[in-house]
Amino acid sequence: MDELQTRILTVIERNSRVDSGELAVRLGVSEEEINSALLEMEEEGIICGYHTMIDWDRTGVEKVTALIEVRVTPQRGKGFDEIAERIYQYPEVDSVYLLSGGYDLMVILAGRSLKEVSGFVAQKLSTLDTVISTATHFILKKYKDHGTIMEKKPEDPREIVTA
Amino acid sequence: MNNPGSSDNKNSVLSDKALGLAPSGIRKFFDIVSEMKDAISLGVGEPDFDTPWHIREEGIYSLERGRTFYTSNSGLKELRVEIAEYMKRSIGVSYEPLKETLITVGGSEAIDLMFRAMINAGDEVIIPQPSYVSYLPCAVLADAVPVIVPLSAEHDFRLTPQELENAVTDRTKILVLPYPNNPTGAIMEKSDLEAIADIIIKNDIYVLSDEIYCELTYSGRHVSIAQLPGMKERTVVVNGFSKAYAMTGWRLGYACGPEWLIAQMTKIHQYAIMCAPTTSQYAAVEALKNGDDDVAMMRESYNERRRFVLDRLRKMGLPCFEPLGAFYVFPCISEFGMSSEEFATTLLKEEKVAIVPGTAFGDCGEGYLRISYAYSIKALKKALDRLEEFVGRLRNKE
Repeated sequence: MDELQTRILTVIERNSRVDSGELAVRLGVSEEEINSALLEMEEEGIICGYHTMIDWDRTGVEKVTALIEVRVTPQRGKGFDEIAERIYQYPEVDSVYLLSGGYDLMVILAGRSLKEVSGFVAQKLSTLDTVISTATHFILKKYKDHGTIMEKKPEDPREIVTA
Repeated sequence: MNNPGSSDNKNSVLSDKALGLAPSGIRKFFDIVSEMKDAISLGVGEPDFDTPWHIREEGIYSLERGRTFYTSNSGLKELRVEIAEYMKRSIGVSYEPLKETLITVGGSEAIDLMFRAMINAGDEVIIPQPSYVSYLPCAVLADAVPVIVPLSAEHDFRLTPQELENAVTDRTKILVLPYPNNPTGAIMEKSDLEAIADIIIKNDIYVLSDEIYCELTYSGRHVSIAQLPGMKERTVVVNGFSKAYAMTGWRLGYACGPEWLIAQMTKIHQYAIMCAPTTSQYAAVEALKNGDDDVAMMRESYNERRRFVLDRLRKMGLPCFEPLGAFYVFPCISEFGMSSEEFATTLLKEEKVAIVPGTAFGDCGEGYLRISYAYSIKALKKALDRLEEFVGRLRNKE
């Protein structure tokens, strides 16, 4: 991982739509260097995608997100990997993390309604053999996500011209 | 009955010195801009970042703990110790925290204090221009005779030994060294400073080195003239928190210099100001202790914007030397046969973009504009698109 790669990632983590020409100017290198660094990082799986951050609350589309704490029994020889895989195969599961602390897996789930999410937990997740218990938390409001504050920034508070 | 609204008949009771000061060119332009409702601006001289939260938090915490009293006149001991450590690690110069540092209300106060502590009527202060708007009026208020050195694009707006030599007389007392420079973005490299140090020492001149933008350099670390042999004892380094830590509104700066001079500056400061804002001083301790990463992040971000703006201006065909410091670009617009002010005013009227004319920073800024890049890339794009339109239209007319 070289310095240029880190600098590229710092920019596109915030705005993946910056084109390589602009990246080249901003970082003071050639466009070819940018393109080959991007390609390399895509191939190595460092760049996993160019997603868009959406505040669904502003769209009127019904969407609920739940954080589910899951305690499981690890399996001999496989640890947590197999159970994690069984969970992340469901398309409605957005993220799965293995954590240290009071529970084992954090499953983030997006659904159309509370009913849909609780249905998933009751019928799919809790019924897995190795799952000991679950605790479901629904997100009521997102204040900040992926380093972005959801509330709209007020206009530039500075005086328009200063010395 | 006197008419309080009219200033004409009051001139006889006002000080000639105050009346004699020309209104700031920035102020004049500001008045024009503020009439334009939806203008977008590349005209500010301050960062667009918020003060990092951990620094603001320390300010808030100091209020919660009831730290709402004066500090000592010179400033919090803890802060002065941190400043001395910062000077050591940034420019490698050692200052005795309790004897050679003074906390001021912004760097601007330190400028005023040094003049007032050193000038006798008729002493000359050499001021290279284009530069920050305060040096000249502060020198005049201290009864100095300002000697302007017009800098040239030919030398990347650096002060050359020849230019300095030509300005020196036997009344020269202080040289103002405003680098990294507002408005040009110029810097002085070590070799440039070495080339003028001999002249300074030979003529027994003192230096006001305004290093408020010292953290914002883009071709290696800033070099201070105080680092050079024989210079620390004749230099006051003025610095502050406004630019490096995005803390303009906190009004906090400092001066580092010889004990005998700091002592006199402190006396004037004590009568005029008492002490710098206490809340700001507590926040500043946190800035110096844990703010290096913030500074690095902001520097990198400014650098991206600097390259971006420079590239756009050059593609527009506007001649522009590469600025290596501060957050300004200083393109030349003399090809259009308009004065800087005329250009800026027309641009404002036709494209609703506010850019400060170079003449706001001295007559030799004629033919130039100061573009600030303390804006988001998105805002810069929008403003530069409009500038490009405008420039294209002017060229088509010709």
